Amino acid sequence: MSAPQDLEFFIDASRCIGCQACVQACSECDTHRGQSMIQLDFMDRARSTQTFPVVCMHCDSPTCAEVCPADAIKRTDDGIVQTARNPRCIACNNCVLACPFGVPKMNTKMNLMMKCDMCYDRTSVGLKPMCASVCPSQALAFGTRAEMLALRPHAKPVNDFKFGAQSIRTKVNVMLPRSVPQEVVDVTQAMYEPSIGQDPFADVFSDLFGGDVFRSIRPRADA
Amino acid sequence: MNDPHSSTPTPPLDGATIQAFGPHRAYESELRTDTGVKPDKYVKTHCCFCGQQCGVQLKVKDNTVVGIEPWYEFPFNHGMMCPKGIKRYLQQSHPDRLLHAYEKHAGSASGFRQLPYEDAIRRVAEAIERIQREHGRDAMAVLSGASLTTEKTYLMGKFAHMCLRTANLDYNGRLCMVSAGAGNKKAFGIDRAANPWSDILGAEVVLIAGANVAECAPITTNYVWQARERGAKVIVVDPRITPIARTCDLFLPVKPGRDTALFNGILQQMIEHDWVDHDFIDRHTVGFDAVAAEAKTWPLQRTAEVTGIAPKAIEQAAEWWGLAKTSFLMHARGIEHHTSGVKNVLSTINIVLASGRLGRPNCGYATITGQANGQGGREHGQKCDQLPGGRDLGNPEHRAYIAGVWGMAAEELPAPGVDAYEIMRKAHTGEIKGLLSICFNPVVSLPDNNFVREALAKLDFFVAIDFFLSETARYAHVVLPGSLQEEDSGTVTQLEGRVIKINQAVECPGEARKDWQIIQDIAKALGREQGLAFKDPEEMFEELRVASKGGVADYSGITYKRVEKNFGVFWPCPSETPPGVPALGPQGTLRLFEPGSWNPVAKGAGPFYFPDGKAHFNVTPYVGPAEDVDQSYPLILTTGRVVSHFLSGNQTRRIGPLVDQYPEPLLEMHPRLAQELGVADGDWVCAESRRGNCTLRAQVVQTIRPDTVFIPYHWGGRKSANQLTISAQDSLSKIPEYKVCAVRVSKAGAPEYAAQLEPQQ
Repeated sequence: MSAPQDLEFFIDASRCIGCQACVQACSECDTHRGQSMIQLDFMDRARSTQTFPVVCMHCDSPTCAEVCPADAIKRTDDGIVQTARNPRCIACNNCVLACPFGVPKMNTKMNLMMKCDMCYDRTSVGLKPMCASVCPSQALAFGTRAEMLALRPHAKPVNDFKFGAQSIRTKVNVMLPRSVPQEVVDVTQAMYEPSIGQDPFADVFSDLFGGDVFRSIRPRADA
Repeated sequence: MNDPHSSTPTPPLDGATIQAFGPHRAYESELRTDTGVKPDKYVKTHCCFCGQQCGVQLKVKDNTVVGIEPWYEFPFNHGMMCPKGIKRYLQQSHPDRLLHAYEKHAGSASGFRQLPYEDAIRRVAEAIERIQREHGRDAMAVLSGASLTTEKTYLMGKFAHMCLRTANLDYNGRLCMVSAGAGNKKAFGIDRAANPWSDILGAEVVLIAGANVAECAPITTNYVWQARERGAKVIVVDPRITPIARTCDLFLPVKPGRDTALFNGILQQMIEHDWVDHDFIDRHTVGFDAVAAEAKTWPLQRTAEVTGIAPKAIEQAAEWWGLAKTSFLMHARGIEHHTSGVKNVLSTINIVLASGRLGRPNCGYATITGQANGQGGREHGQKCDQLPGGRDLGNPEHRAYIAGVWGMAAEELPAPGVDAYEIMRKAHTGEIKGLLSICFNPVVSLPDNNFVREALAKLDFFVAIDFFLSETARYAHVVLPGSLQEEDSGTVTQLEGRVIKINQAVECPGEARKDWQIIQDIAKALGREQGLAFKDPEEMFEELRVASKGGVADYSGITYKRVEKNFGVFWPCPSETPPGVPALGPQGTLRLFEPGSWNPVAKGAGPFYFPDGKAHFNVTPYVGPAEDVDQSYPLILTTGRVVSHFLSGNQTRRIGPLVDQYPEPLLEMHPRLAQELGVADGDWVCAESRRGNCTLRAQVVQTIRPDTVFIPYHWGGRKSANQLTISAQDSLSKIPEYKVCAVRVSKAGAPEYAAQLEPQQ
């Protein structure tokens, strides 16, 4: 059985609340119980509560598979890049280092690379993946493109990425504002571009108090 | 200056008790040998934690809950769940689970020894009998909780009022829903979210006041985000940039304890710019002129000075709120946990009423209920002044009706009693000698909990019913092994006012019993089982339907069958409507206050639950917090929750993956404050109040006001934020002021507990 091709995966980090429902749900999978295949990180907790969830992007030409010396990583006909095949994987870590999205994880106890396979047991029978099922903010969403465009009129799905000279098309989409012209996410370039809208790291409290907020806790000059 | 380290009491470490009873962490692999097996069955039910009550399916194999599966069809959450709901199954068949009754025993290292269930029941009955005989009926107090099913809360009220005939019954919703409840009753005459959550989706402006939605009601996030996709502007009032505040359109970083001032100021802007609905105010409300006069004393500059919010932000909020055609205002404990809790609630209701946007699609108002049955648990008679159906214990007509249903004389019902904290005070003075508690962990959850520990230690007899040995149960003379949510059935009423069905998935293990059976067993051993001999929860519900009939919280038209057929039924749902009034749809009353709607108080005079059918504006003069900062205690402490833990943590601190997500309480402070104090992220810091001290690691983040520090309250013992908090209460609702007290913070060395206890202990 194969995954219905009209159902797609969408990531919108601006919705993410960092609750880790996706991480906890992922670790319920029978094939990797107790371990999550999702990367969910604060961008900079000291300055913001912004978090970013990353599942396997399921590349058309997966770098992880290309660099695998043992040919252990297979991509199904319906575009799902699978976890390394157990008998083949030599735990060399090439895929972990090479994946531009930082997705595969090395399970040293099992000598096996593990990664998200978009809940193939579920998606292949028409069910949503666990992470996108449970996500309370729907930062991770699974459905048809038409549904997504109707639900989110100010966002557009993009699945072309550039990392330096490498171009990658993925099965998984990220949501960008429709107002921006980009149809390709240039990840390297984005590190140098100003953020869209308000700076998420701005200290909103800086102009509210002036200097007098600490007046009461400083020893008085006359004391 | 006095040194709090020497003058304030320090909680015991309880190492040997913890070794025996936990909290220990359970993980997926440790509990189950083969989780890949096909489950015997999937049980459609609801989460055991917060008031949203997400629909879930429990996977059951060999009388064990082995996992969870989304229930996509349930219309509130469509399969969505938060991390707590996903991992809640790990609490069942947990190594810490109480499988037997225990009694306090000085000779045992853990402090307890097992005793047969029947002996334990006999001991409890003898103690109750003795205390009530020697010291009067009211010397025996009962504390209950709002995580219980509505059937159990009804039974607890009947047990206390009819079997024990004690006035001293209250519940843990005293720490949760009472400010919202009292405010709603004063303004609307009814205490329920006015709208279903689907009305959030079409709102032009969503105003969230004092609600950490993303962490405390995570699924509501999707409603808010979806409204925003459709163009809604989101306004968040909070001293911290919580995840929902991070991407809001307007953030009002209110100084804790100043909410009334803010909403009075917003109302003044609305009046000044004539952004009020005169027609609605004239036709459907009373009291606007007095409220407008109070608002007049809140010009922009004064509001800004008191609240610590920039004037232009207040103006912007008033403009968006004032000019919106549709809107939804929601609030939670952030504005309710105050000595001004009811006033804060009423001040938000004032701007809702002034806008006229209520009782219509996409025009809504709601408090976000905290506990699983925070709504149903506050309606049917386990509050100190209440009888079933939202009736009043002080009202002769109400007493007569309920006494009739219960088959007793009205004068045999006790007088209204006192709130949960006052019960502790009476235990401390010796007026209350005995206590039965269920579903309540006051040693962690009540403020100034060093006082609470002292009070519990003074009791002649204390019996706790629980599934795990909570920090509070450690003080009990007898502990009875109760049931988890998945081991019983019944109904709860979630935050929209929707009555839903909890379905039993597994049987109680060992000698554990369903909570209601334990109560019945005690009543029987007392020889006072009359009126308590129900054979199952449905029989209790059938009696509750009769008991609630004609009350404001009317459940008489609700049956288990109707609930299951319609994904829940919204109360009020009377079994019959008067001639000429159209019958309710299968789902009951989805939205309150609709034009032309009938209710048993107004009887057609108008949509609100007062004899004239009109809503009440209430004047809300600003009064500051009970304990403000000063030279000795210069910082505001505010407390709250994190997403991976629930309330006192008695359940979530035993679930390994949830502990790992947020292992220990951190004290959040702004980098500018950290710099003043010479503290770096991860340093140990000691927070001290006039009541206690608490040493925790600092989390230095610029997402909190620099004059405020925050500690989550889910931990017990020396990690408990409630060692610091103040027991000052709202004069009307009796909710404690968890959200503001004065502390000082200094860099500290590692505390003694760090080397001896695991993070969750």
